[in-house]
Order: sequence, then C-alpha cells, then structure tokens
Amino acid sequence: MRTDKSLFVIVVGCGRLGVYLADRLSHEGHSVVVVDSDHAAFANLSTEYSGFKVEGDATELGVLKQAKISEADIVVGATHNDNVNLMIAQIARKIFNVPKVMARIFEPQREELCHTLGIATICPTTLAGDGILASVRGSSAPAPRES
Amino acid sequence: MHTVIVGGGKLVYFLSRTFLAKGYQVTLVNRSEAECRWLARQSKATVVFGDGSDPRILQEAGAATAEAVLAATPNDEDNLVICQLASLRFGVPRTLALVNDPDNEATFQKLGVTTAFSTTHLVSSLIEQRAGFEEITAMTSVAEGKVNVTEVLVRPTSPVAGRALVDVQLPANSLIACILRDSEAIVPRGSTILNPMDRLIVITLPENHGQVLRALTGDDT
Repeated sequence: MRTDKSLFVIVVGCGRLGVYLADRLSHEGHSVVVVDSDHAAFANLSTEYSGFKVEGDATELGVLKQAKISEADIVVGATHNDNVNLMIAQIARKIFNVPKVMARIFEPQREELCHTLGIATICPTTLAGDGILASVRGSSAPAPRES
Repeated sequence: MHTVIVGGGKLVYFLSRTFLAKGYQVTLVNRSEAECRWLARQSKATVVFGDGSDPRILQEAGAATAEAVLAATPNDEDNLVICQLASLRFGVPRTLALVNDPDNEATFQKLGVTTAFSTTHLVSSLIEQRAGFEEITAMTSVAEGKVNVTEVLVRPTSPVAGRALVDVQLPANSLIACILRDSEAIVPRGSTILNPMDRLIVITLPENHGQVLRALTGDDT
C-alpha cells in the first residue's frame, strides 16, 4: 500500500480507538468517514477533523452503502463489539472487495475464526498481555505477533 | 438429530418444543441467566448459559455433534458469527440465521451461512401474496423465491369449478401440477374436470402469481 497517496478510509465505531484513528488519518490528509450509531459519539472528534460522519448501525447494509463502502481503500471495524467488527470486515472484504480490512477483536478465542475467514485482526488483549509478559521477562520490546 | 438453538424468548421456547416433539435432541444457548432458568423450567431441552458466539460455549452445547445450528438472537452480527463458528470450527453441516435487516439475507448466504431468513421479508411476502385470497392454504417458495408452489381450494363459486382443465385459461408460465381430491392426488390431463372442493397445487412465478390466483378464485382483490 502506498502511503504518499490520499486514501479513503472508513472507520466504524467512534469510541476511543475510532476517534484516535479518524483524527490521525484525517490530519495526515486522508479522506475519512466515521460511522457510529450514537450521534453524541462524534463530539469526541477533534475540531480539526475534516472527514465525514455517518450516523447509523453499521450492521445495516444501507448504512455501509451510505458511507460509500464500495469506494473505500481501507475499512476498520473499531466498535466495542467483536462480532460487529468481524461482520463489517467480512462484508467489506467479501461483498465490496475493499483491498484492506481490519477488525479489532477483544476475545483471543475469536481470533482463530477471523484468521480462518481471512480477516486481519488486532487484539488489544493479546497486545497488552504480550507487552506485559515481555517486560516481566526482562525483554525491552514486546514480542512481535503474527496476525 | 441434534440441534443447537441460540437465542431466547417465546420463539426459541416454541421451536425447542416443536423439535423435541419430533424426537430431536435440542440444546438451547442463552446469555441471560434469568432466561436460562426460565427456559430450563419450561422446556425439556438442555440449556447452556453463555454467549453463543464464544467457541467455548458452543463446544459445551455440543456443537461438534450437532447436525444443525440455528442462530436466533436479536443481533445480526451475533447470528453471523455463531453460524460461521458452527460450520468452520465445529463442522456443523447446516447453519441457519435469523436476520433483522432483509438486505443481510443475501449477504449471510454469501458469507457461508446455509440459510438466512428475515422475519421482515417473510411477513411482508406473506401479506402481499396471501392478502385477499382466503382459499389459499399453503404456499412455499422454491429456487430462492423464483418459483411459488401454492395450494388453492376450488370453491363452488370459482369460475373454474366444473370446467375441464383444457378450457381453463391460465396466464403463461403457470401450471396446475396436481389435484387433491378425496385424499387422493391426481396429476391432471387436459380432460380432467376441476370439481368444487378440489385442492389444486399450482406452480407460478412471482410475476404472474396474482393473476393466476385471480383466475382460479375469481377474486378481484
């Protein structure tokens, strides 16, 4: 993936992770659409955020279409619900052929299914756990993890 | 047959009762402890308390030996993950998901769920296709809704009662496939007379369904 080109990114979920990603990507000059079912969640975006906001439940196909999912370069499932993230990632990857798709998955037990389905995941639980374990074992950097 | 049903409420309770009556083995999975207690008291099914989209809970429910898993929670995303876990992790041959958003029906099937059905879709098509035709007693769609099979009663007032099949003008692409008369099934020929109180098994396409039913019942609604 080229990073010098402006990308069209859809971030689903406007919680702490969604806000962090949307603000950073927007600041770097990418086109961003952030989707959340709760309008109030958009208040956490920075004042410099220049992307779009779509209010709606992203498990409704119509809402993803409204966010122009068929044109997206990247879709990130960043809601607090693993199953919502996994479902959106699959719809993006398999129905709309979005080139890069990621899902945040809290439950390590569920990651295996994601990998069977060919969906890249980020698991905060194992990331934090591995970091802590690495530091407990006296190593300076967390061990890299295969996704 | 062993069936695992994930979900709650009256729907799951009555489904489990129907399946148990047919001699199936049923395991219910529900993530509310109170609802689990209620289901365990009301139903003879095995009840497992937990999140059905967690592989450990599905394992506890015996998904590995189940022939079918039905995901009937109120959340589409949970139903998708339950069905995918069942088929990919536990090798369950048939998975069924209830979907709320009718658009998700096709999506789920593309993502590997054997059958996805939307209540919205079922109810709306029942209303559209059955409204006004009280003679119609059973209807199923086959080939993903491309063909309808309908059972129609010939009332004495019907325009086709007493006429030979050859004289009955039906729209193109429709067929009276079978006549049920005095608990006997007759495959009609052109000379067969349609008697009052015959039940006709009619094959139609969605586009001519209404016309065919009007021709057989004489109903203008």
